[in-house]
Amino acid sequence: MYIRLNQRRIAVDRDGYLKNLDDWDRDVAAGLAQRENLSLSAEHWEIIELLRDFYRQFEISPAMRVLVKQVGIKLGAEKGRSIYLMKLFPPSPARIASKIAGLPRPANCL
Amino acid sequence: MVLHTVNKSPFSHCLLEQCLQVIGDKHALLLLEDGVYAALTSSPAAARLLQCHSERALAVYALAPDLRARGLLERGLLACVEAVSYADFVRLAGEYDSVQSWF
Amino acid sequence: MSAKAKKILVVSSHAPYGKSTARESLDAVLAASAYEQDLQLLFVGDGVFQLLKQQDTSATGAKNLAATLPVLPLYDINDIYVHQQSLDQRQLTAADLVLEVKCLDSRQVAALMDRQEIILSF
Repeated sequence: MYIRLNQRRIAVDRDGYLKNLDDWDRDVAAGLAQRENLSLSAEHWEIIELLRDFYRQFEISPAMRVLVKQVGIKLGAEKGRSIYLMKLFPPSPARIASKIAGLPRPANCL
Repeated sequence: MVLHTVNKSPFSHCLLEQCLQVIGDKHALLLLEDGVYAALTSSPAAARLLQCHSERALAVYALAPDLRARGLLERGLLACVEAVSYADFVRLAGEYDSVQSWF
Repeated sequence: MSAKAKKILVVSSHAPYGKSTARESLDAVLAASAYEQDLQLLFVGDGVFQLLKQQDTSATGAKNLAATLPVLPLYDINDIYVHQQSLDQRQLTAADLVLEVKCLDSRQVAALMDRQEIILSF
């Protein structure tokens, strides 16, 4: 199926994840976020960038537990907490943030 | 104690050889599907199986329905091989702590 | 780790791309890691080829397994074993692998299997 974002037709799967990761840019991210009723702040963006770095390195999206740990390592213990991520990307940070970051659904995310 | 199963013919695969490399004392081997060709006296694994059986008391089973399906039941099978039914297979799988399938 | 954590060994014995088996073993490990079990991973036979450095799947379209395997420690999976003889037969050494692993001889592999409550064969 397709969604329309900023005059572009973009292929997504049933759950709204991009089919072609190359379709992603910051405008697409903002559009995907809007579909989740989110408007992206600097705090959102640093998580999105972190996810994209993680994906570039490991070619998977991290499960929630791993995301929390990575955020703690990269952005500080203050942010490396479920509650912090939950507030940014409710109700399921690993899934929602991956989707907005233009990445596949976290494998095995429960 | 581990029950190992092997389902490929030793004439074209080295799976059985791989299994026998790591098989431990008190482990057992069950041949099934094309793995049952290893039970033939002409099998490339014949000497190794007989040796494991005599020196380490390795129990070697082969699934009778798979032997029968392949016309092997009446052929010369290795003396160390015991033909077993599906029910025996289920019982064996329960008797061992875990099952490692080589496929 | 909870008291009732099960001892589970995932045995991965297939080369990375011919079938989906190798990928499935990795997915199973990542999924199982969420349940806080006592999870161990053994590469044996052609399974050791999954760990080979310098894999580049860009021309085949397959997902690069060697890119994802180094994520395992981040999923708290640190008991990663390789059958030494399988490496030897393929003229590989631990230095050829993308992950830090513990090499086991055949006897140690049998002992590792003996310690498990569940073996998942891939």
